[in-house]
Amino acid sequence: MTKVSHNNFTVKFANVNGTGSSSANGMFMKSIFRMGIPVVGKNYFPSNIQGLPTWYEVRVSDKGYLAPSGSVDIMVAMNAQTYDEDLAAVEPGGYLIYDSSWPREELMIRDDITVLGVPLANMCNEKFDSARARTLMKNTSYVGVLAALLEMDTKVIEQLLLDTFGDKKHLIDANKTALDMGFNYAKENFKCPLPYRAKPINKTDGYIMIDGNATAALGCLFAGATVGSWYPITPSTSLMDAFSSYCSFYRKDKKTGKNNYSIIQAEDELAAVGMALGAGWNGARSFTPTSGPGISLMSEFIGFGYYSEIPTVIFDVQRTGPSTGMPTRTQQGDISLCAYASHGDTRHVCLYPANPEEAFYLSVEAFDLAEKLQTPVFVLSDLDIGMNDWMIKDLEWDDKFKPDRGKVLSSEELEEMENYYRYLDVDGDGVPYRTIPGTNPKGSYFTRGSGHNRFGGYTEDASEYQDVVDRLLVKWETAKTLVPKPAVSFSKNNDIGIISIGSCDDAIREARDIMKKQGQKMNYLRVKAFPFTKEVQKFLDAHKTIFVIEQNRDGQLEKLLISETKVDAKKIKSIRLYNGIPIFPKDVVEKIQSDLKAGKAA
Amino acid sequence: MSYIKKPKIIRDNDPRNKLGMTFDDYEGVMSTLCAGCGHDSITGAIIQTVFDLNIEPHRMIKLSGIGCSSKTPAYFASQSHGFNSVHGRMPSVATGANAANSELLSIGVSGDGDTLSIGMGQFSHAIRRNLNMLYIIENNGVYGLTKGQFSASADIGSTAKKGAANLQTPIDPCSVAITLGATFVARSFSGDKDQLIPLLKAGLMHRGFAMIDVISPCVTFNDHEGSTKSYMSTRETKRQAVYTDYIAPFSEIEVQYEEGSSLEVDLHEGGKVLLRKTDDSFSPLDRSQSINGIQEASDKGEILTGLLYINESQPDFTEVENTIDGALNSVSYDDLCPGSKALNKLLDNYK
Repeated sequence: MTKVSHNNFTVKFANVNGTGSSSANGMFMKSIFRMGIPVVGKNYFPSNIQGLPTWYEVRVSDKGYLAPSGSVDIMVAMNAQTYDEDLAAVEPGGYLIYDSSWPREELMIRDDITVLGVPLANMCNEKFDSARARTLMKNTSYVGVLAALLEMDTKVIEQLLLDTFGDKKHLIDANKTALDMGFNYAKENFKCPLPYRAKPINKTDGYIMIDGNATAALGCLFAGATVGSWYPITPSTSLMDAFSSYCSFYRKDKKTGKNNYSIIQAEDELAAVGMALGAGWNGARSFTPTSGPGISLMSEFIGFGYYSEIPTVIFDVQRTGPSTGMPTRTQQGDISLCAYASHGDTRHVCLYPANPEEAFYLSVEAFDLAEKLQTPVFVLSDLDIGMNDWMIKDLEWDDKFKPDRGKVLSSEELEEMENYYRYLDVDGDGVPYRTIPGTNPKGSYFTRGSGHNRFGGYTEDASEYQDVVDRLLVKWETAKTLVPKPAVSFSKNNDIGIISIGSCDDAIREARDIMKKQGQKMNYLRVKAFPFTKEVQKFLDAHKTIFVIEQNRDGQLEKLLISETKVDAKKIKSIRLYNGIPIFPKDVVEKIQSDLKAGKAA
Repeated sequence: MSYIKKPKIIRDNDPRNKLGMTFDDYEGVMSTLCAGCGHDSITGAIIQTVFDLNIEPHRMIKLSGIGCSSKTPAYFASQSHGFNSVHGRMPSVATGANAANSELLSIGVSGDGDTLSIGMGQFSHAIRRNLNMLYIIENNGVYGLTKGQFSASADIGSTAKKGAANLQTPIDPCSVAITLGATFVARSFSGDKDQLIPLLKAGLMHRGFAMIDVISPCVTFNDHEGSTKSYMSTRETKRQAVYTDYIAPFSEIEVQYEEGSSLEVDLHEGGKVLLRKTDDSFSPLDRSQSINGIQEASDKGEILTGLLYINESQPDFTEVENTIDGALNSVSYDDLCPGSKALNKLLDNYK
């Protein structure tokens, strides 16, 4: 590799988990971001606390592509366990940095890459006294090495240290020492800079780096959610951690210092969703974050919420299934589950954010939808969105926003009514009027999951029963007019379309650019919600071939489209990437092109 | 028509409570339980309780799980919101509802099947949280709606209708509740309203989790000879540990007890629980005496009834959580949303 590449490469860190590497890796990425260069980090971590392999992949992309590239230009190989595979993963012409405190020449069998040895452990052992500092500072040192090799702005890194550690001077000093140590070693021993360089530009102004669990939690905060119930489960846990930390700052009653919120760590997901429904029924905006196994447990109550018409918001931060699966890997495996969760005829409103930015806005919207439609609403994020730091546009908030609580009768309105009936479709949109307990005795009704008639009374009468479940279908039609419309990129000159969902978005955006350069243009629709709106049907009708791209084995979005629209199933080509790693643009291109070739050959 | 509204007949001379409401105002729809079911007597006792306590019906919620007992919230207080949830999971709904608005009184009605099997986890954790509610277990030792299987409260040797004896150890909700740290535990009998009503009153006014296990015979599947939860057997084996009276705030104590045998417990709402001991070795203020008393009675084949344990000093769920004193569902949106300025400032942390 002789050609110089500015701001367009991938650095991968191979570490052992529990060694504090994530702070150093995060510091590296954040420094690139602060240099004005678009960047994204993907954390591939084990379901473990200490001792297992973990990787962090930082893609630097001046074009702002946020999907992982799928190739490694510079590997920082800090884990002897995985050295072989890390060495093999480097692109020809690339670089590998390793800790040369221990000889490992016999393993270095690649002559198409450059291997750079830095005696990180030796240097740190000499410089630092405590075992913990020696471990931690090795990480900071390799950031120093990278800073020299990539010609990074060291002032930016130093400022970041100050911002991160604040008044903890000993930490700032130690990190600065380690940083310099790595930097100087690289300068003295290697030809700096490498052909890969981080050159300051101005493309990150107006952006932040944040994960989607934090933004979803911000959505809950800004939507006015007051009750959050949960049971810890990866990868959703940090959503409630974030909500809790925001609330402890923004949600204290000014006079008493008491909490304007209630966060309940439940005994299990069965209870977590029961609490969310109890709070939603009693007039609070409530939510529960979980992942696939939690949805399985919640399913009975979710059907209850659907049939008895109680608003609440359920976040499913999806992970790899089935069963326990791979809890720290990403997937879109709960599309079918959430769409129809529970026994009997149930269908649920689902929202599908593509990134942390949308996780914020759709989270806010989910609360409005849940109350307007009086039903549990799902937000299906995934581990990639929820737990990785993404570069997103600054979140914006309109102070004129007022939450839409839907059809809730006040005490005065109830006083004026002759009779109030909970499940009567007064307006013809399938959404009846709701009352909040404690408002007025005239508003009382009996909430039940057993058969009930439009007046709220218990029933086992065939027509009374059917009357209510049919009215729920009217409500479903109303939902189609209220849920967010898909994101569409359309030109009538293209007869091939791509439909996709959630976090596939960035890989598809980049794949379309790659194919466009090769002369293959395609339209693109990304569904943001279930039920599908009329725009989805229109897009399906407008194309001869539709690639449906998703991250699960069984084509769950494809099947949902076939069963919930009038599409001719033969038009759909299903592309399924489901190994637990966020999808690579090049895999999308490869799958589409091989399919098109196969089609031509036939 | 699958449910029957009771005809409402109000006579001029009907007694009215301080809110001007009649007994009828606190009734619900007609019970569809079997004639003679103990649960209907408990429903009657609940109606009497909330009538006497002058409770505004809309300031109370009633919740239940699944089973015969869990149908009963429809049979009282039709002007209160009701929530008939899923099997064994009423406590979680009550917890969420309490978080949303802790100012409402909560009455939960469950059964031995609903609480002591699938519901055991949620029951235990509602106790751990000292959730402010009255939790009634209508305990008949048997599954009614599915026709006569033993429940987890069936005693060893107690026989089913067709003669088979239960061989598994019973779960005693009172012992379990006291052990888990419940702050109000009582046992009563559906056939003894004089005992039950004061317990219901005290339980409803207690701050924290008040559990009352009410032996409530199932006339259809568990009221035969050989059953330890029949009317006959319960009458013969129950023994009152303490006599309990509830004294409303600002009322005079009219009963006179012998000095030394009576105890008073002040409730947070201003009322009092007045206790008269029947046995010097048992005080419901002492947790280990309560547990021993229940066990000793059980060893003798007796069912110990009355207020078995009370502790008014434990903070309840919302107090532990440091939630605001008023209703969380009434906080204005302006106080909940940090607004754009705060957001912009927050974003700096992510730059």
